Amino acid sequence: MAEALLRAQGLCKSFGALRASDSIDFELLEGETHAVIGPNGAGKTTFIGQLSGDLRPDAGTIRFAGEEVTSLRAPARARMGFARSFQITSIYREFTALDNVALAVQAHAGHSFRFWRPAREESALREPARRILEEVGLGARADVLAANLAHGEQRQLEVAMALATGPRLLLLDEPVAGMGSDESQRMVAFLAALKGRQSIILVEHDMDAVFSLADRISVLVYGRIIATGTPQEIRANANVRRAYLGEDAL
Amino acid sequence: MPSRARVLFWSAVVLLLVLLPPVVAALKQPFYLDLVRRVMIFAIAAVSLNLILGYGGMVSFGHAAYLGIGGYVVGILALYGMHSGWLQWPLAIGASALAALAIGAVSIRTSGIYFIMITLAFTQMLYYLGVSLEVFGGDDGMRIKTRSQFSGLVDLADPVAFYYLVLVLMLGSLYLVDRLANSRFGMVLRAAKSNEARSRAIGLSPYLYRLAAFVIAGALCGLAGALLANHTAYITPDFMHWTRSGEIMFMVILGGVASSAGPLLGAVVLLVVETLLAGWTEHWQVILGPLLILSVIFFRRGLAGALPGARNG
Repeated sequence: MAEALLRAQGLCKSFGALRASDSIDFELLEGETHAVIGPNGAGKTTFIGQLSGDLRPDAGTIRFAGEEVTSLRAPARARMGFARSFQITSIYREFTALDNVALAVQAHAGHSFRFWRPAREESALREPARRILEEVGLGARADVLAANLAHGEQRQLEVAMALATGPRLLLLDEPVAGMGSDESQRMVAFLAALKGRQSIILVEHDMDAVFSLADRISVLVYGRIIATGTPQEIRANANVRRAYLGEDAL
Repeated sequence: MPSRARVLFWSAVVLLLVLLPPVVAALKQPFYLDLVRRVMIFAIAAVSLNLILGYGGMVSFGHAAYLGIGGYVVGILALYGMHSGWLQWPLAIGASALAALAIGAVSIRTSGIYFIMITLAFTQMLYYLGVSLEVFGGDDGMRIKTRSQFSGLVDLADPVAFYYLVLVLMLGSLYLVDRLANSRFGMVLRAAKSNEARSRAIGLSPYLYRLAAFVIAGALCGLAGALLANHTAYITPDFMHWTRSGEIMFMVILGGVASSAGPLLGAVVLLVVETLLAGWTEHWQVILGPLLILSVIFFRRGLAGALPGARNG
């Protein structure tokens, strides 16, 4: 059996009286796509936030590639190879698509205390960025301001930025949310192409996307993981159907 | 083509400023030389603020502190008979940088309105320190009897020579901040202003970059302070008054944040309009206020945004 790339044990996080994470155990294998599903308010984004280092768990530990990272903050984890997309698109709106990706490349090209040479003329930053934009299908939109991209393109750009950091772990928070069906199919196809090459934790509401991409699925309800298994096992699980999928999901 | 318009604009600016002293001499209007020199000194202060406010999104409401520190270093050294500019100016810059390091290290941990208030508070502390120091004239300030000496290389008592020195330093500052803003360093700074959560998620911690920008801006403004002290041959705590911080901030906003020409345009317009109005009526502030408000409403991207070939980036 493959070694777990990421292992969370006993994660707890409360906001006042609300237990958003209730002793969550979770593991992601190298190269696996592990989806997290659950009804609205189940604590999915809180869970992702703790994995990425944006939120500090009240209790529990997170280990990544054998190292404990629980106390590391988001930028430090990002430098170890975590990359995330946000539920609400998070890009540099005032910069071009190419600038956005070049910044992600730059973030992983040593420190940025370089004061003189124009960053936009550094082919070491621009070339890899351009390649990744091509890869996600935004090559022709490289010089468009990110704010002026269509919604689906902005989601693609966010994934491009995540990829540009050369990640070992992708945390994708609802990558197809708010997309039209064409856009969403394209994104799913793109993520399917990453499968196996990347280790991915995927939070998603779109069940078609989840069941076509995931190797394993964990179901989160009221801050607890009530089931983990292959898509077939999850489909067949009576608890899951009652809590979330509904009887008509099959 | 934007870059061509840019070259034209800057050539015109430089030409105009280089030709001003002979023209002023021919017209026998030395007052204007004095005015433009003052404008250029404030342009340096505004350019330095633009690095952190415009590009870094750090709304420092205490930038006059470094004007004051730079000025006082020159004044205090002169008082004790140390007139060498080679000593005074690096010390003015260094002391300002050091103060910016201390103020920035605390302030940059906050953001939004807290950042504005804390930078204001630090500067008010320095202002009252200046007021309380009777040795250096208290709130009356003190005269600087001998301007900074540069081994006879440049004589600051000669208005024209001093003018050209300020011109060179101002152009240098504009160039410096423009280079910084477009370097890797500047991109990190601007990215953190644009979307801090995104920066953190790709592995950039903004704090040290912001602090470095804050220190560079403070140092550059310290130079402006040293120049201003030599320009007025007088220093007072008013150098550090909060209205002074507000003025510099207004130059940046009026001219256009995060643009290279903005701070210069802002300094020109604010100080020239102020001077013209003040010559016309003693109630000039009643007119200037509404003018400023209108300009902010109608030039949303600042005066630089209204230039032909203005670009954002």
